[in-house]
Formats: sequence, structure tokens, C-alpha cells
Amino acid sequence: MADLLLELFSEEIPARMQARAAEDLKKLVTDWMVENGLTYEAAAGFATPRRLTLSLTGLPEVTPDTVEERKGPRTDAPEKAVEGFLRSTGLTLDQLERRADKKGEVFFAVIRRPGRPAAEVIAEAVEHAVRNFPWPKSMRWGAGALRWVRPLHRILCVVSDEGGTSLVPVEIDGIRASDETEGHRFMARGPFRVAHFDDYVAKLSAHRVVLDPEERAHRIWHDATQMAFAVGMEVVEDKGLLAEVAGLVEWPVVLMGEIGAEFLDLPPEVLQTSMKEHQKFFSVRNPKTGRIERFVTVANIEAPDGGEAILKGNRRVLAARLSDAKFFWENDLRRVKDKGIDGIAAMAGPLASVVFHQKLGTQAERVARIAELARDIAPAVGADPDLAEQAARVAKADLASEMVYEFPELQGVMGGYYARAAGLPDAVANAAAAHYRPLGPSDEVPSEPVSIAVALADKIDMLTGFWAIDEKPTGSKDPFALRRAALGVIRTILENGPRVHLSNAIARAQWALNGGDKPAHERFDLQRADLLAFLADRLKVALRDQGVRHDVIQACFDLGGQDDLVLLVNRVRALQDFLATDDGANLLTACNRASNIVRIEEEKDGVEYSMPPDPMFAEGAEEAALFAALDQAEPAIAEALKAEDFTAAMAAMAGLRRPVDDFFDKVTVNAPNQILRRNRLCLLNRIRHAMRQVAVWEAIEG
Amino acid sequence: MRLAAYWGRQGCAILQPYDLEVGAGTFHPATTLRALGPRAWAAAYVQPSRRPTDGRYGENPNRLQHYYQYQVLIKPSPPNLQDLYLGSLEAIGIDMGLHDIRFVEDDWESPTLGAWGLGWEVWCDGMEVSQFTYFQQVGGHDCKPVSGELTYGLERLAMYVLGIDHVMDMPFNDPDAPIPLTYGDVFRQTEEEYSRHNFDAAEVAMLFRHFEDAEAECARLLDPELNPAADPKTGKRIVMAHPAYDQCIKASHLFNLLDARGVISPTERQAYIGRVRALAKMCADAFVQTEAGAGEAA
Repeated sequence: MADLLLELFSEEIPARMQARAAEDLKKLVTDWMVENGLTYEAAAGFATPRRLTLSLTGLPEVTPDTVEERKGPRTDAPEKAVEGFLRSTGLTLDQLERRADKKGEVFFAVIRRPGRPAAEVIAEAVEHAVRNFPWPKSMRWGAGALRWVRPLHRILCVVSDEGGTSLVPVEIDGIRASDETEGHRFMARGPFRVAHFDDYVAKLSAHRVVLDPEERAHRIWHDATQMAFAVGMEVVEDKGLLAEVAGLVEWPVVLMGEIGAEFLDLPPEVLQTSMKEHQKFFSVRNPKTGRIERFVTVANIEAPDGGEAILKGNRRVLAARLSDAKFFWENDLRRVKDKGIDGIAAMAGPLASVVFHQKLGTQAERVARIAELARDIAPAVGADPDLAEQAARVAKADLASEMVYEFPELQGVMGGYYARAAGLPDAVANAAAAHYRPLGPSDEVPSEPVSIAVALADKIDMLTGFWAIDEKPTGSKDPFALRRAALGVIRTILENGPRVHLSNAIARAQWALNGGDKPAHERFDLQRADLLAFLADRLKVALRDQGVRHDVIQACFDLGGQDDLVLLVNRVRALQDFLATDDGANLLTACNRASNIVRIEEEKDGVEYSMPPDPMFAEGAEEAALFAALDQAEPAIAEALKAEDFTAAMAAMAGLRRPVDDFFDKVTVNAPNQILRRNRLCLLNRIRHAMRQVAVWEAIEG
Repeated sequence: MRLAAYWGRQGCAILQPYDLEVGAGTFHPATTLRALGPRAWAAAYVQPSRRPTDGRYGENPNRLQHYYQYQVLIKPSPPNLQDLYLGSLEAIGIDMGLHDIRFVEDDWESPTLGAWGLGWEVWCDGMEVSQFTYFQQVGGHDCKPVSGELTYGLERLAMYVLGIDHVMDMPFNDPDAPIPLTYGDVFRQTEEEYSRHNFDAAEVAMLFRHFEDAEAECARLLDPELNPAADPKTGKRIVMAHPAYDQCIKASHLFNLLDARGVISPTERQAYIGRVRALAKMCADAFVQTEAGAGEAA
């Protein structure tokens, strides 16, 4: 058994592409090998800024011999057909076998392929991978035609076993594979030879390159947290930044520096964003003051001065960047400080000429709609309508601030600071800060009443608007993040528990979009229904992790008018629990049976059996008992539902199980006596109706 | 000076700045046009660059409406271009053992030139000191072969090497000279005046007029019917790619001034950029027909 070591050595690969590229290389090479009969035991891919590496173990020296049999035309087929078959198989006529078949004598081609040396297949696999690599963006360089993410300089490709190491003969556009690579760009210049993977990793390490990105990330995080700990501080965790920084260095050297005192009063979010975006620094927080007071940067070299010069340079760049941030912050603050709502309104002024979406008007128009809607929603979420309206008018003012112009990701957060500086109530400032939330599945939802009102109004306006102009998400395309908005609505409601009638809220958003008119047009009803169905779909996704069944959600949603998510989910949970009981499972079967019989007989007779059945025609104890049970259960279910007590409704339904079972056991529905038959069909329909108070059972998967 | 000497030693023709207002060294025809066509090329030059919207009245420590770029273009890009570049940093006194040099992804695109390339911004201790680009397309034409382009922001680099925090404080001649002059002594006055001019004073109607004149002249010069312009001696047609490109450069600068005056709305902005790009494309189409572009006229 042999091992393969492949390294593609290039100029600096963008950090964001490295992890994916290491995986792609593994897949392209191994897929090709396996398709061509070359197996392996284990594969591992790695990436640094300058190399993609693949290590494969347990390769045979040659691929196994193969025999392929292919059936051809009949021996008496026209010459043309036989010629075609010969061409496709690469054989001559005398090499074909004649075999008897159901339809007569048929040609068979038996193609024997001897095994091939592994190196030959590997060479093909490497060339295939290099020429077909799925880089998000690739380029040409010099006078060549080859495409790679940045100029490709070397290919290292060796196979090794106990007997030693051999080169795999690959040459791609003048780059000939060798057993050489290079180490760190600055700390260990010049090429060196390697024999196998372990040798490669050890020599790279000696040449100041850590091959494994996870190890680089681990070292960075370890050193950074240690350094911060030593001065009584903590590093602000940021997994995305850690992965990116690990992709920018081959030999991570962590350095910590201080942030100039004149910048410490900037909001921590501003410091963090500016340092991360521009400099790829980690933020270091002082837990005693809650402020960001230091930064961690990761260099690629061990400097003889211990990184003094590097830190000094970084500090100076940071100071220039933070001067800009401070300039924006102070300009913005000056405009709103202690000026109350007028100050914020002045800041928001330019939004009147900022287009939100060509077909949905300006940001200012959108803010007016959200304000109206927030006011409407407020009572349902326990918020003061005046405050909710004010908060909605304030929430997007920061889009016109200098800071958010520079750092769009600080929208909301800055709005909160500016509202507070203007002297507005905390509830308003907090709503401005929180109304975009949740920003992702793991982000917190707003929890204060005013924040909830504005957050819901913002998202419902957005969804309603894009539904109105038919810009709904399709497949993987969701450019306006409407799925996230829908999930935000769902989570904000379910995690806080307010009773909001979404259908009404959407209708109000529709009125607002149409300049306050109440459009009674059918189109609006359809859009509203479609949007509610979309929300129900997102609800299925949102609750999947909690083990809630999508078909049970559908069965409850199909009742119609289910636009109160809290109520809907309570019903769904009670029903799912009920279905898990013996009574529930049985009733489901019985209900489906009743539905089926009624449907079939209705189709046969061309009439509807929807009349109330008459107990007068009940024959025998079972049928009478069913009437009695229904008489009892129907009002009990209705009452429980009215009280929103779904558990009680399910319990009332459970009482039907025995009589329904007995009825099916003992009574023949399709009795010869037509009066009895019709009455029984109507009785089945009554069962169906009784149960349909709770859900559309037909939507439940058996 | 040391950059010029270094790149001269590496075999680049040391050229002079182009004598029109341009937004960046890339606009110099020695880059834009010479990146096209099959002929090898190697040139380096300083280019004063004007970015009207970047004016800060001389107050910002590193933002100027008029500044200097050092520009290198080598076609085809040599395999050791990164090493050559690092050599240039050493030549101006940056010690690679002491400073942290990094190549950070930065793809370059110029919508006005219809050009793009892949490359990096080069960081020295966290500061961007250069742009490093492999041109893939210019004026809508694929670059074959590919040129390697290096752009240094001279003020920033000088501030870094000299350890100075505000551009205006940088010595412009020998600080011990009888008349020591700082960058501010030379440029503060002009930064103030041009910032005011670019943002508030330039006559909008005239700028619009001049933009249209430049646009029309560029098209006229390249139109073979309107302008046969045969060489009187040989009768051969002379394609006027460079004179037309001058008009394209002018249109681009006029657009930048209009943008700084704040009279172009976001939607119009795209349209204006498209108009300049159309000119750049016509000039590129023309250049590849010329002898220097190794086209038919060769």
C-alpha cells in the first residue's frame, strides 16, 4: 500500500476561499481516482495562504483488472449497426463473441482492461482537478492560458511506500510536478525536498509553516486568550474572524496592543466593527469597565524586536481609522444631542430622498408605514401606542448618519445611541437598537413591548411590500432576506407570546402601502393568504428542530383563519401529543375511514350526505351509543376550543374513540335499506365534522 | 526616486506623468492602452492623481484630492513579480524581517474603464501600501497576455517610512535645507482651494457641456467615416486611439467633478459611468487596430 502527497503551491489564496478549496481538491482528485478504479483508505485536505494540500493513504500500486461485457446488435443486423458497435467498443469483428439470446444470435463485446499503475491514474486525476477547479473567481497570468485563483507556481506530487518515494509524472502548462516545495515567504526562503506526508508536515514546521488551518486557529485563540487573561481582560469571541485570520498567515504570531485613550469612549460596537472590518483585529474587553480597551492582531512573522515595530505600525493605522470613526460619531452626536425628537427627525431628513425599493417608495415613506403599523400592533403586545409610533419613526434615522454610512452593519445599534443622546425614552432607544433583530437563527429576539411592536411592524411591512410587487423568495434566491424576516416574525411572537392577528396586521400593511385606502380587491386577499401560507411554511422549518411535525402544523393551518401563531402552535402541540396516544392514533384511522366512505358514496350517488343524521333510525346499541357520544363530545369540544384549552378538546375527542370503533365493528354502513344507509352516511359525516373543529385530519400523514 | 531607480534596474522604461487630470495612475495611456494587445511592455512612472470627492480642505491626516501614485506595469506579468515587488519595498527601506507584509485579497474593478483584475492590497503592519493586480480585462477586451500592475500611494508610503502621522507635516525637501518645506507648505493652500472649488464652486452647466463635448469629440475622432484622416504621404489610415483616449480621460474627470458637486443622482451616476465606459471601450477597440496594439495598421 502506498500514500500520496499532493501540494499545489501558488501566490496568496484569498482567506475566504481556502477551506472550500481544500475540500474541492479532495473531492475532485478522489472522485476521479475512484471512477477509474483506484481506491484509497483515508483522505485529508489542508490549506494555507499559499498552498492546497491533499494527503491520501492506502493506495494500491495498480488498479484491478476489469472485464466489461456489452451487448451489441443481432448477428444478422445491418452492417452499419455492427460497424457502429465495433467503433464504440474499439474491437474488431473477430474479437466479438456470438451468444444466443431470446431474440436470436447477438454479438457480445467482452472488453478486458488490464489494471493500470496507480501513478498513471493519479497523474490524470491531478491534471483533471487543476484544469477543472471550481474557484469562485479565477485568473490567467503571464502569457499562459491556465486558470487558477492566483498564479500557480509549483506542483508537488509524490507517492511513497516502504520502498521509498517516487514522483508522479504530471505536467500542466509548463509546471512539472516535483518533490519540492517552499516554506515561509520571509522566514525560510528557498525550496526543499520532501519524501512523504509526515516528512512534509515536519519540514514545513521547521520552515515556519503550520499546515493545518485548525491548528493555526487554535494557536491564535490560545495565545490571544492567554495574553488577555494575563492583563485581566477577555477576547471578544468571533469565529468568522478567527477563521479568516488563520487564512491570512502561515505562521501565526499573536500581538496585543493598546487602543489610544482618546478612542475609549467610542461605543464598543464601533470599536469592534472598525477594528474587525479594516484591520482584522480582535477586540479585547476589560470586564471591569465593560469597555474595549485593547486589540489583538496576528502577524505572519517572528520579528527580532518581538513585534514592536509591527505593533507600532498597527497602532498608527488603527489611530487613523478610529479618528475617522470618532469624527463620524462626534458629527452625528452633535446633530442630535439633547435635541429630542426634532434632532432625530432632522437626522432622518435625507431618508425622504433615499429609495428603499423602486416599487416600494422611499425610506421615509416606509418609515411612515411602519409607524402606523407599530401603533396598531402595540396594544396586542402590551406596548404604549404613542411610544411604539415614536420608536418606529426614530428607528431608521441612523441610516442617514455618517457612522452607518461608513459601517452599514451598525444600523440599529447606532440608532439606539443617537435616540438616547437625543434624550428620548429608553423604550424608544432600545427599540431602535433592537428592531432589526433577530439577525439570524441564533440571535436574540426583541423582548421589550415597544421593541416587539416596531420589530414586527418593520418585518410585516417588508414582507407585505415584497409580496405586493411579487418579489417572493424562490429556491436559493432570497435577495431581500424575506425568509429571515418571516422567521423573525415567528420567533418574536412565539418567544414573547403576544396574541397578534397576523392577517389583520398584513391587511393594515396593505392599506398603508396603498396610501391608506382599504383595498377590497381580491388580489389583496390572495396576497395575504399566500403570505400567511409562507409564514406557515417557515413555521414548519422553525419548529422542526423541536420535533414538531410539519403535517400536524399543516392540518391545523388548513382550518383557515389560523393567523394567531401562539394559538396555532398550542393547538399543534396538543394535537401532536394526542396523536401519540392510542386514542389519538385510532381516531385518526377512524376519521380517515369515515371520510373515505363518505367521499366514495357521495361520488357514487352524486349527492352530499351533509344532513344531520336522525337518531330515530339508529338500530342497535352501537349506533345509539355513537349518537349519544357525539351529543356529548360536540359541545364539549366547542367549549374547550372557545376557552383555547386544546388539551381539554383532545380529551373530549378521546371519548369518541370507543363508540366510533364499536360502530365500525358492528354496524354496516351500506345497509340494503336506503334510509338506514343515508342516515349512517350522514352520521359518518357528523363524526368528521366534530373532529374537524380541531384540525383537518386528512392532512395528517398516517 | 528610489522606486524609479529600482524599477529602472528591473528593466522598466521610466516614463513621465501624463499631462491630463486623471483619477489614478491606471488611467495613464501607458497602462490602460498598453495593457492591450500582444506586445510586451514594461513601464514605471509617477502620476499625480485627482479625486475631487476626496478633498478635505487639507485637514484630514491622509485624505487628499490631489496626490501621487507610483505605477508599474509589466506585460506579460513575470513569474517572480511578487519577489520583484518585495524587492522594491526593501529598496525604499522596509525591512522584511522586522515588518509584517501581507497579501490580502482585493479584486480591482474600474467600471469607468470597463476593466477588472484579481490581486491583493499589500499590507505592511496593517497599513495598505500598494495595490497588486493581474489585469484580466481592459475596455472590454481580454488581456492576452496578462499585465501585472503595481500601484503605490506615495504619500502614505513616505509617511510610513518617515514615521509621520499627518501628511501635511511631512518634509518635502531636506529638513536641514536653508529653506525647509513641508508637504503642507507646498499643498495646503491648493487642497483648500480645490476642495472648495470641487465641492461648491465649479460651474455645473459648464461641466455638463464640457462632458458632452469630450464625449462627442472622442466618438468623432474614432469614426472612420467622419474622420478618414489618412496619412498624406502613404495614404494609410491613422487610427487616433490616443487623441480619442485623451477625450475619454477628460470626460472621466469632468464626471468626477460633477459627482463632487453632488449634482448626479445615484441612478444617473450609473448612466454616466456607462457613458465613460463606452468611450473607454471605443478607445480600446481603436488601440488594438494600431501598430502599438499590434492590429491591422501594423
